[in-house]
Amino acid sequence: MQNSPALVPLLLLAAAISIPVLAIKKTGVAYLAALAASLGSVVISAYNALRVWESGPLTYHFGGWNPPIGIEYVLDPLSVFVALVVNVVAFIVLCHAGGLKEREIPGKSVPYYALVLLLLCGANGMILTGDLFNLYVFLEIFSLACYGLIGIGEKQAPIASFRYLIMGTVGASFYLLGLGFIYIVTGSLNMADVRNILPHVYGNPAVTTGLALIVIGMGIKMAIFPLHGWLPDAYTYAPSTSSALIAPIGTKVAAYVILRVLFFVFDVKFVSQTLPVTDLIGWLAAIGILFGSVMAMAQNEMKRMLAYSSIAQIGYIGLGIGLANPLGFIGAVLHILNHAFMKGALFLVAANLRKNAGHSDISKLDASYRKKLPWSMAAFTLAALSMIGLPPTAGFFSKWYLALGAIDKGNWVFLGVILLSSLLNAVYFFRILEKVYLGTPSAQGAEGAPSPKSNRGEGFVAGEEEYALMIPAVVLSFSLLLLGLLNANIVKGVIQRIIPLGM
Amino acid sequence: MTDFILGHYAYWAIIFLLVLGLYGMVFKKNLAKKLIGMTIFQVAIIMFYVASAVKWAATVPVLDPAIGAVDAAKYISPLQHCLMLTAIVVGVATSGVAFSLVISIYRRYKTLDESILLERMKSS
Repeated sequence: MQNSPALVPLLLLAAAISIPVLAIKKTGVAYLAALAASLGSVVISAYNALRVWESGPLTYHFGGWNPPIGIEYVLDPLSVFVALVVNVVAFIVLCHAGGLKEREIPGKSVPYYALVLLLLCGANGMILTGDLFNLYVFLEIFSLACYGLIGIGEKQAPIASFRYLIMGTVGASFYLLGLGFIYIVTGSLNMADVRNILPHVYGNPAVTTGLALIVIGMGIKMAIFPLHGWLPDAYTYAPSTSSALIAPIGTKVAAYVILRVLFFVFDVKFVSQTLPVTDLIGWLAAIGILFGSVMAMAQNEMKRMLAYSSIAQIGYIGLGIGLANPLGFIGAVLHILNHAFMKGALFLVAANLRKNAGHSDISKLDASYRKKLPWSMAAFTLAALSMIGLPPTAGFFSKWYLALGAIDKGNWVFLGVILLSSLLNAVYFFRILEKVYLGTPSAQGAEGAPSPKSNRGEGFVAGEEEYALMIPAVVLSFSLLLLGLLNANIVKGVIQRIIPLGM
Repeated sequence: MTDFILGHYAYWAIIFLLVLGLYGMVFKKNLAKKLIGMTIFQVAIIMFYVASAVKWAATVPVLDPAIGAVDAAKYISPLQHCLMLTAIVVGVATSGVAFSLVISIYRRYKTLDESILLERMKSS
């Protein structure tokens, strides 16, 4: 099992390539194969996490070439943690995809699931690799799969996907250009090696330029304000499964790369004091939080609202990076985890609405939905409360650490932004909750006007809400309670071990 | 100063190509022209890497018995070229995906003009 670090991306890549062959006769095989490969990646990354937990960071040298010459995979607590989060959320979303039964991708399920696995392969590779150029290659695998998964959607989807492609390619190219500057100065591509060489060349303007280009490039992928232009359309017009996959995973992986490059390749002191990179990210993130929240209030379509709320939530991660202190770092990493679960759950509920009610238009929601989709709506409520940040749910704790970090740094504006945006979140989520839970059931929804309580059990019959659609959403959102209750363990056991040196 | 300008002539050309590519992507309304801009942008970065590998009075990185393997300064660095082979492949794949999206857009909307597309996108 000494090869287990490399196994996840390779397994997903092999499965992605073999799916079109396996599914030649029966297209149903594609979904099962994707599900199996995804389950395999969850198991292997959990196994890797256990190994790292017990015996410290692992490295894997591809082809037996030692770094800095060869490509190295680095499994430290941060990378296995993020990889595990990504794989678990992706597996739950894939379970949900089975219930949709190709409704939004008629006849295209074989290439679709192959692309899903390519997306996961790229995400895992980006997270686990210890080589900066290898990261670029996986970034492009990830992005190309993304473009395909978005473009397969509604009528407007190819346009949204094309705009994402142009912006995403510019982002990846900026990353490559910045990497070129770093490489010219340091002569190495291995992250650990670059970290050792960089202190000797910090005065060189090429390093500054390279860092700026990398941050801008990844900022586009992460959709940090004002580089978020591609995101709302892409999330809105993509098929439900694609948005539920890309929203929790896509921007988080880019945020992880920024964390990794700023704090683990470059030096905390260099990026926060010599150059105000983290300050810049923090302020842009703060504007993005307010912008995203205000725009989310103005939306009538649920998926578009969730997309704008994603811009705001990515801002929290940016804010944590911007604080560049241990509490901010804990908040950012915890929010990567929490937001992956919250957004996954919310997009799955939006998918259930589209499947059962045929739309996800907020203005058309009314009290009948609490009977038609009681469990989905419960999942939505829980995830929404977590987004707002009510205490027992997970969302509260990442905001709590971010707020503590802002106080620790004495940055009262950031603290104000966190508090204000919680209120704004409350406004745009309570708007939906009010329609669903506080209105009196209208004639169309009431079957003999039973009380909502007795209907909780009856609403849960076949045809009204399918298990395959309901369970993944409920699992994701109830795990928010679990994550919230266990947050002390997560922070103490995992995140405090990965706070970068010199923070 | 003159030396600085003349000595870096390859980089000036690359900067020109980068700006040209960005201009194409931002200001051209036709999606195919945007793609041309994107390709120019990518090619400029490839040339940037290749230009950074240049060494005067050095030869291709294949062992030549007449030169020997002692003096690395007599061979150019092969790594940038290898990296760019990968980047070229990535660029081709990106163009492929982009053109398939353009075809799909044209089939659905019968135009590639961005301003018309945005109007039709809202109305539908």
